[in-house]
Amino acid sequence: MQSLNGLNYRLNVATDRLLMLPLILDRLSFCVKGQMLIDSISVQIEAGSRTLILGPNGAGKSVLMRLCHGLLQPSSGQVIWKNKHAGVFRQIQAMVFQRPVMLRRSALANITYALGLSGVSAEESRLRAEDVLEAVGLSQKAQHSARVLSLGEQQRLALARAWALGPEVLFLDEPTAHLDPNATRDIESIIAAIQATGTKIIMTTHSLGQARRLGDEILFLHNGKLVERSPAHSFFSAPASAEAINYLRGELP
Amino acid sequence: MSDILNALAQASALMVHGDGPLWSIIALSMRVSFCAVLLAAIVGLPLAGWLAVSRFWGRQSVVTVLNALMGLPPVVVGLVVYLLLSRAGPLGSWGLLFTPTAMIMAQTVLIIPIVAGLGRQVMEDAWGEYEEQLRSLGVTNFQALWTLIWDTRFALITVVLAGLGRACAEVGAVMIVGGNIDGVTRVMTTAIAMETSKGDLPLALGLGLVLIVLVLSVNAIAQWVKLSAQRRYG
Repeated sequence: MQSLNGLNYRLNVATDRLLMLPLILDRLSFCVKGQMLIDSISVQIEAGSRTLILGPNGAGKSVLMRLCHGLLQPSSGQVIWKNKHAGVFRQIQAMVFQRPVMLRRSALANITYALGLSGVSAEESRLRAEDVLEAVGLSQKAQHSARVLSLGEQQRLALARAWALGPEVLFLDEPTAHLDPNATRDIESIIAAIQATGTKIIMTTHSLGQARRLGDEILFLHNGKLVERSPAHSFFSAPASAEAINYLRGELP
Repeated sequence: MSDILNALAQASALMVHGDGPLWSIIALSMRVSFCAVLLAAIVGLPLAGWLAVSRFWGRQSVVTVLNALMGLPPVVVGLVVYLLLSRAGPLGSWGLLFTPTAMIMAQTVLIIPIVAGLGRQVMEDAWGEYEEQLRSLGVTNFQALWTLIWDTRFALITVVLAGLGRACAEVGAVMIVGGNIDGVTRVMTTAIAMETSKGDLPLALGLGLVLIVLVLSVNAIAQWVKLSAQRRYG
């Protein structure tokens, strides 16, 4: 992973592009069969810092990210990007899921496929794919079938695939939930490297340690409601809401 | 029992000595069935992919009908194609009745539901895994369909072979639209049926053996392709 420092220019988010942030959620609700999974959340998420969404199981973290990303349509309320084309042109936002979804192709082809969908030429795709594979330490495995890689390698490849798109915003849904500590450390340093190229990170996690390491600000959800929003240091030292105090008290060593 | 052994001996002699008509019957069988499978795959696989990725009102009914059509009786398909191609039928002017082309048409109709129905199942399973990721990458339904066909290609080989097996083995449809004309439309299954009723058991049995060997070897090759691909691609 030493290559993370010497990143190629191709991985940097183009600064001449219209910035899509801030992201504004306006009384956003999502309701399935009468159950409010997301209950009227209004918040403005700024560029730059790393935003972590925390909350117990069933709080609505994954649903909220899918609503922001456009995979789910809100029942009411709106997701407003500063650049209104953000939801249409997917290369400016990307998402990595809890379980990496690998196409039945080589590691390299998994990346060039994603780039091809967003209209990048074959030649440019190959160059960018090689860059990101090197950046996540998978150059040696470029020609291996993605589905026979280890789970940790697959998740690194999933991050590389998202990274190659040069997204302004990257959503991560518990990216290390199934990984061992070493693989988790790799993923965390890749996330930091992606942020260093100018990408806004919005992620969920169940690991409070990870939230402490990566988080700049915390959005705390409970029963579909946004209960608390604080800078990470104050959230962990002095949580403001009763729900967050309870949640933090349940932390395992 | 001795009848069977006797017939077997004569059958193998027939095949070893390379009886001319026998091989032309086998060649026609293969040509008709392979053409039909090719056409059915060209139509059926995109249809299957489209059913797997699209969500529209009445989709479930289409799937149910398609699954029911997998069990379509060959004689009924033969009859319908016969009616279409007969001189008084809508396609009568094409003059295709009792030609290999008519047999290919009938078998194509017969296997499209098999290829589309089984293929949909395969691709829908893959889509369940891929959907969120591909939607996140901004895929259109059309792009998703081709991605699914490519990514499930090894499983689809088995699907296409199920169609081929059905085509090689059926007798009703080709009998009706082909007419079992010696040297023109006689294929293995129609020849077996005819020779059996004529009492020429060695020829019938010889053809039967060839048919079984062909079907077995095609399936063995496909199985091998599928397994080695699975080992390689996971």
